[in-house]
Amino acid sequence: MSERKVRVAAGQGFWGDWLEAPVRQVRGGEIDYLMLDYLAEVTMSIMQKQKGRDPRMGYARDFPPLMERILPDIAEKGIRVTSNAGGVNPRGCAEAVLEAARRQGLAGRIRVGLVTGDDILDRLDDLLARGHELRDMDTGRPLSDIRDKVLSANAYIGMAPIVEALKGGADVVVTGRVTDTGLTLGPLVHEFGWSPEDWDRIAAGTVAGHIIECGAQCSGGNLLRDWRSVKGMANPGFPIVEASADGTFVVTKHARTGGVVSVPSVTEQLVYEMGDPNSYITPDGTADFTSIRLEQAGRDRVRVSGITGGPRTPMLKVSIAYFYGYKAVGTLVYSWPDAYDKATAADKILRQRLADLGLEFEQILTEYVGANATHGPLAGPPDPEAPEVQLRIGVRAREKAPVERFTREIAPLVLTGPPSVTGFAGGRPAVEEIVAYWPALIDRREIEPHIKVEILTA
Amino acid sequence: MPAKKRVPKRTPVKKAASSRAAGPATVPVQLRWLAHARSGDKGDTANVGLIALEPEYYPLLVKEVTRQRVARHFRGGVASVERFELPNLNALNFLLHGALDGGGTLSLKTDAQGKVYSTALLRMEVPVPRVLARRLQPPRGPRTSPA
Repeated sequence: MSERKVRVAAGQGFWGDWLEAPVRQVRGGEIDYLMLDYLAEVTMSIMQKQKGRDPRMGYARDFPPLMERILPDIAEKGIRVTSNAGGVNPRGCAEAVLEAARRQGLAGRIRVGLVTGDDILDRLDDLLARGHELRDMDTGRPLSDIRDKVLSANAYIGMAPIVEALKGGADVVVTGRVTDTGLTLGPLVHEFGWSPEDWDRIAAGTVAGHIIECGAQCSGGNLLRDWRSVKGMANPGFPIVEASADGTFVVTKHARTGGVVSVPSVTEQLVYEMGDPNSYITPDGTADFTSIRLEQAGRDRVRVSGITGGPRTPMLKVSIAYFYGYKAVGTLVYSWPDAYDKATAADKILRQRLADLGLEFEQILTEYVGANATHGPLAGPPDPEAPEVQLRIGVRAREKAPVERFTREIAPLVLTGPPSVTGFAGGRPAVEEIVAYWPALIDRREIEPHIKVEILTA
Repeated sequence: MPAKKRVPKRTPVKKAASSRAAGPATVPVQLRWLAHARSGDKGDTANVGLIALEPEYYPLLVKEVTRQRVARHFRGGVASVERFELPNLNALNFLLHGALDGGGTLSLKTDAQGKVYSTALLRMEVPVPRVLARRLQPPRGPRTSPA
């Protein structure tokens, strides 16, 4: 009996991922859906800033040119695309895709499903006035504390509008803050006709989405176990889920690609960014990661089964970004002999100068790259024979002026500090604006009625 | 302070322990020989998923890599530790709260998103039965350490 499979291929794990991946997913073998996840916690605020400078921006700018490359392929093969590339301007993103389709001579042949309603920036005051405090989930502070600094506010929404867009005939679904997992779950619910309250299958599709949402991170990329044995990563095979109607699925990748799909590679991705494994909460339901069974089912094929889940919660998570202050990080490299001691001496001098100038910072953090920057005291005593050590010193303040002044205090150390110093060719470090993240919860009934799906034709 | 030169160990068994003919029943072994790991972040919390290299090592991880020992391993660097068990994946998940110096964009750390807390945990030593410790092999492939 040949059982029907639906193949969802991941093409991007974040905004900035390998640009060739989606092209190879489309051309390297059979797939039904191409799923492109662009959004991380801070991505929305970056996009909001870009939109502030140019109202046509605010989405993943890589996406329309990518679509222009692959639209002829997906039109010919009937592949459909789901993506949250829309960021804080899904309409602008959708229109750019439509223009790309017209340039490719596909006018009338490409339909774009546009999902809106996750963006609540313009509704914040109304929501606050009606008693939604949008408290920070970590600190408990009410949003009113930082209301005037808010840059973006988006509810994480689930797969329902994607299903609706696919039902409406969309070839490319463009959304804002749809969850990473919803981009995979949506196609499966649409294809198999799963009930949105079939919690085990919803959980299964969610786990499938979680496994492939970071692209090649489940297929050999960033794989710690036996990392030397991972071959062919110049052409990494991005993951593909082959799903069955019963909720089981196989994770695999195209033939003639590098990397590996194994129980260890999938397990490492499953535990990535994990909280309480008994209850992985999404807008669509909760998944129990302790129910997941993995088995190797052939070369570069891992079968996933046994997944159970539970109902969705009444609340949706809201991702709010707000302006916090300024930071800068400066670096200098000190060479053997006594590289570490020279770097610590330079740090001492620099800190004294900052204090003498009366500069005030929320924090000054010094790290010694090559000695202890990533593992701290666990790295043990520094090696006196180290060929070089990088002094890396960062400051953070609410005001710009002290951070700005700090950036001018790095280079002078070259002629006024310890010897054998180099690595300052990059010039003064940049002052960065800090956009901080404020996670909150909101009653889903405040969001769901506002979610809208439009089908636009090129 | 005279710093000792750090040469990666060629075998997981400590020399001092293994050279004694009738030593203790267990020897300290770094977790890197028993597990692999991946970490990520949520706000100011880093997570470390610790995965047994072989299913038979999982009960040992459950017994030895306790919440308290992990908290002690990262002392000064984390506010509190939670542990979850995933016997289906032969894995433990640790949440290291307050580990990221404010987290996300606020943090000034190189590892602001906790990406390599995983390897920091693999430095931890746990007591391993001598018989098992003898069998633990360094991973295949060329060594990067000076021979």
